[in-house]
Amino acid sequence: MHDIVKEAVNFINLDAANIIYLFIVGFVGGLVSGFIGSGGAFVLTPGMMSMGVPGLVAVASNMCHKFPKALVGSIKRAKYGQVDVKLGIIMGISAEAGVLYGAHIQEGIKKAFGDAGSNLYVSVAFVVVLAIVGTFVLIDAWKTYKSGNINAEEKATKLAKWVQSINIPGTMVYFKSINARVSVLFTIPLGFATGMLAATIAVGGFVGVPSMIYVLGAPSLMASATELVIAFVMGLGGSLKFAWSGLVDIRLAMIILAGSLFGIQLGAIGTTYVKPFMIKVVMGLIMVIVLFSRGLMVPVYMSQLGLIAPISEGTVKLLKNTSFAIMIGALAIGAFIVLKAMWQGRREEKLSVKEAVGHGRI
Amino acid sequence: MQKKKPIGKTIIMGAISIALYVLLLLKQDAVNAYFGRGSVYAFLPIATAFVFSFVHGSFTGHFWTSLGVEAKKKKEVK
Repeated sequence: MHDIVKEAVNFINLDAANIIYLFIVGFVGGLVSGFIGSGGAFVLTPGMMSMGVPGLVAVASNMCHKFPKALVGSIKRAKYGQVDVKLGIIMGISAEAGVLYGAHIQEGIKKAFGDAGSNLYVSVAFVVVLAIVGTFVLIDAWKTYKSGNINAEEKATKLAKWVQSINIPGTMVYFKSINARVSVLFTIPLGFATGMLAATIAVGGFVGVPSMIYVLGAPSLMASATELVIAFVMGLGGSLKFAWSGLVDIRLAMIILAGSLFGIQLGAIGTTYVKPFMIKVVMGLIMVIVLFSRGLMVPVYMSQLGLIAPISEGTVKLLKNTSFAIMIGALAIGAFIVLKAMWQGRREEKLSVKEAVGHGRI
Repeated sequence: MQKKKPIGKTIIMGAISIALYVLLLLKQDAVNAYFGRGSVYAFLPIATAFVFSFVHGSFTGHFWTSLGVEAKKKKEVK
């Protein structure tokens, strides 16, 4: 605890370059999370640490920008009728428990295996979860694209139909996004897993959104919007916990927020122009690219733990920089797809309005 | 049918938002001294985050609307 307090006193000096960097990354991260429900944290936390912000302060400050961002994003998307508040709150509370448990596991690993052990655990979690879920989401999006049914309404998966058919008296809740009654005994573990992932890799949405789509049967647009409610509940609880230990650097959090609120509004508007499967495309792509980025770091941590032969310092540096560049690339590609899809959608809308007006005159 | 753009609101909320940011950065030392104290002082950063999200959130919302970037207009299917 003493160390934590000592770290917290060392809030860094901010210069113009740092402020601009945080603002821009905040904007891009916000744009992506307005669209798919989460994202940005995996770049922001290491980004702040490279400025000299202590790890825990970076995590805490990132969380303190996440909950107000998620609040603004979910209010915006609720206006479009995409948010299931009940599902978000129920999953958010169970995610909170997952965060606490995930943090507890992290502490245990750090104690037993040190920093390298904890880094290896985080990277392996990244690679395994993103490989399974990311590939699945991408393949699903590809199948929808190939089938030519991109305009068709999304159908619930077999698993979701089974989940909806189970009736456990006393635990059934009606969710508007699913348009069915589902037992909370299904939503609680999913929320818990979302929270555990958030505590481990900072982006719970990579489990939260696909689980709402594929396990519960929620449409992609509603799942990604509801994730923002989960992120708000989880982020508020987490921020309070970190702030209680004096770890939140509010200046960092608010500067990131300055950019990310511009982004999240735009990302949320973007969802009204695209076909639902685009949510899966962007999410799947980001997940798979980030997976490669973290995969590069696995040998570094393994060599630090003595599990494989030592790697030279030059190679370590190269791997680190490449890994970070790929992560930024993942976010940039996500943002590009969102903006492009939005641009196209707006152009089509304008054209159809023009056509309608033209016909009216004849 | 063209809706009126909320330019006035954008300017007012933008000005308040900029003022808040200037205040936060000018008073950094005082902010760091109190906000990082922990325990009940934890409510300071949390309250700040809510205030900024309200002010800056409505500014950014109006900002995009003023630029003509709005959600696709469609009839609600119920």
